[in-house]
Amino acid sequence: MEKGRIKVMQGNEACVEAAILAGCRFFAGYPITPASEILEGMARRLPYVDGFCLQAEDEIAAIVAVVGASWGGAKAMTATSGPGFCLMQEGIGMAASVEAPCVVVNVQRGGPASGQSTSTAQGDLYQARYGSNGDYSLITLCPSTAQECFDHTIRAFNLAERFRIPVIILSDEIVAHIREKVVILSPDQIKLVERKKPTVPMEEFVPFQAGEDDIPAMPAFNTGYKIPVISQAKSLSGNRGNAREAETFIQRIVRKVEAHIAEFAEVQTYGDSKAEIAFVTLGSVSRAARSAVDMAKEKGQAIRSVEIKTLWPFPDEFVVRALEGAKRIVVAEMNLGMVRNEVQRVIRRPEVEIELFSKIGGIYPLPQEFLRFLEEKR
Amino acid sequence: MNPLGEKYLRKNFLPFIFCPGCGDGQIVQAFLEAVDELGIIEDLALAAGIGCSAWIPVYVHADVLKILHGRAIPGAIGLKATKPTRKVVVFTGDGDGLAIGGLHLLHAARRNIDITVVMVNNQIYAMTGGQVAPSTQVGARTQTTPYGNLEKPLDGCKVAMAAGATMVSRWSTAHSKPLTHAFKAALNHKGFSYVEVISQCPVQTGKYILGSSAPQFIFQWIKDHCVQIEEPSKMEEIEAQGKIPVGDFLQVEKPEFMEEVLKMNKALQEARAKGGPS
Repeated sequence: MEKGRIKVMQGNEACVEAAILAGCRFFAGYPITPASEILEGMARRLPYVDGFCLQAEDEIAAIVAVVGASWGGAKAMTATSGPGFCLMQEGIGMAASVEAPCVVVNVQRGGPASGQSTSTAQGDLYQARYGSNGDYSLITLCPSTAQECFDHTIRAFNLAERFRIPVIILSDEIVAHIREKVVILSPDQIKLVERKKPTVPMEEFVPFQAGEDDIPAMPAFNTGYKIPVISQAKSLSGNRGNAREAETFIQRIVRKVEAHIAEFAEVQTYGDSKAEIAFVTLGSVSRAARSAVDMAKEKGQAIRSVEIKTLWPFPDEFVVRALEGAKRIVVAEMNLGMVRNEVQRVIRRPEVEIELFSKIGGIYPLPQEFLRFLEEKR
Repeated sequence: MNPLGEKYLRKNFLPFIFCPGCGDGQIVQAFLEAVDELGIIEDLALAAGIGCSAWIPVYVHADVLKILHGRAIPGAIGLKATKPTRKVVVFTGDGDGLAIGGLHLLHAARRNIDITVVMVNNQIYAMTGGQVAPSTQVGARTQTTPYGNLEKPLDGCKVAMAAGATMVSRWSTAHSKPLTHAFKAALNHKGFSYVEVISQCPVQTGKYILGSSAPQFIFQWIKDHCVQIEEPSKMEEIEAQGKIPVGDFLQVEKPEFMEEVLKMNKALQEARAKGGPS
C-alpha cells in the first residue's frame, strides 16, 4: 500500500484535496470570504479529472446546480459562508426532499447578516440543522484541524452517498485558514461509498420505495429509469402525495438519518476522561481547549475536553457517556450558547449546572481564558 | 388515447393537474410531436420549478427534476454539465422564469449553455390565484393590482436576446405547427435556446384581465393579438399597436459552453501529459 503524502496546507485546501480524492466531479459556488479558496481550488483542479467547476450567479444557483449534478450522476459539492449559507437554505431543504447526495461546506464567519467577513465564529449551528422549512434531517460534521477538513470531507461524501442527503461541513475561519500538517491519503487508502443503484428494471422500479434501511435506490438521469423527481412531499411513485403519503415520506427521510446515528456519530475526549471538570467544545474551539487541558495538567489539575465531531443529529448518548462523572461542565463556543442548549437538554443532573464560556465578536479564545473562566466562575 | 400520449405520457400520473381550457395540454402535445419527430426521448432530461407550467414535464415519461420556484435553470445546468449529451429542457412560466428565476435566465443565456427554456406566458401568477406577473400588461386588474397594474411588463424574448441566447422564438398555443417547429429547432440547436409560448389561462387571466373565462374567447384573443413577424426589428411597431409579436426571432451559431469546457479540459490534460505546467 502506498503511504500518504504529507503537506502543509490550509483547511480549505485540504477540503479541495479530499473532495477530488472522494470523487467529486462537480462543484458550484459563489465567491465569499472565508470560503473562496475552496471554489478557487476546485476551479484549478477539476479540469484535470474531467470535472467541472461553475462559478454561479448566486449561492441559490450554486446549491441547485449541485442537486442537478447529483441527479445527473455525479458527486457534487458547494462551499460558502454565513450569508451564502442563508441563501442556500432553500436548496438544502430541496436536496433533502429530492434525496440528492451532496456536500455543503459552510466556513463560518461572524453574523448576523454580513457580520464579520474575515473573523471567525460558530453562529450557524442551528442554521445547519433547522435552516430550511419543514422537517428533515441531515448530518453536520465539525472539523477542528486542517487534517480533519481533509478527513471530514471524505467522510461527508461517503455519508451523503450512504444516506442520500446533503451533508454539511461546518468549518470556521480559523480551521479554514490555518496552515498545518495534513496527511493526504493515497487513493488506495481511502474507502469510498457509492449511492445504491436500482437492481430491477424500470418497469419494476418504484422511485421512492425504500428497503429496511429507509434509503431508496437512486438511478442517475438518462440511465433508463425515467424517474420523476419532484421537491413536493411525495408518494412512493414520486407524484404529489396525499396526507398519508406525505407523512410517510417525511417520517422516512428523517428516520433514515436519525435511526442510524450510531453508525456515524463521533465524540472524542481529550485529556483525562475521568476528570471532574469537563469542557464541551467543537470546531476550532477544541484546539484552544486542548491547550488549556495540557496547561492545567502541568499544574496538576485534571480536565477533560469533550469534542463534538458530528454535531447534527446531536449525538445525545455519546455526549452523556463522554460526560459521565463530570461535576463541572463548561460548554465553550463562539456563539451565545447553541451547543450549551443541547448539552442542557441531554444532561439531566440537577446537581450539575451547565456553564457557558462564550466568546463572540471574532476573537478566538485563548487557552488561558479557559482556565481563567474556571477560576473566576468557581 | 392520443397515440403520442400513449407512447410518451407518464400514465400513472394522469389525469393532468391543468384546469379545463388551459394551454398547457397543447404545449405538451406540441413538445411531444417535436420529441417524436426527433426520436430523442431517451436523451431527454427535463427540469422545472413551480407553477402550472412546471407540471408540463412531469407528465412526460422521461427523467424529470421538478424543484424550487424559479430554480429550474441551475438544476438544468447541473444535469447538462454532468452529461453534455443530454437534451436538457426547462419548462417555466412568466413568474417562475422572469421574476423569481430571472437572474438564472440571464446567466444561462450569457453562458450559451446548450439547454432549452420553454417559457409559458399566461400573463399572470395562475397557480397562486391570479396575482400580477412581470408579464402582465399595464392597467390590468389582478388580485394584487385591484386598481390596475402600474408596472411595465418585461419581454422575455428581448431579455434572452440581450443576455446572449443564440436561439429565440415566440409562438402561441394558437400556432401549433410553428410551435412544434420551434421546439424541434430548439432541441437541435447547439447553444442556449429560449421558446416563449403565449398561452391561455381561462381561470385567472381570462376571468380577471380579459373579461371572460371562456377558453374559446381567450384563444380568439390570442389569435387576434399575436402578429407574426419575420424580423425582430419589427417588434416595437407591433407592440405600439398593442399586439404581441410572434415568430422565430433569432438563431445564430456561437461557441457552446460545455463544448468549450470539454475542449479546455482536454487541452489542459494533454499539456500536463506532455510535462507542461500543472
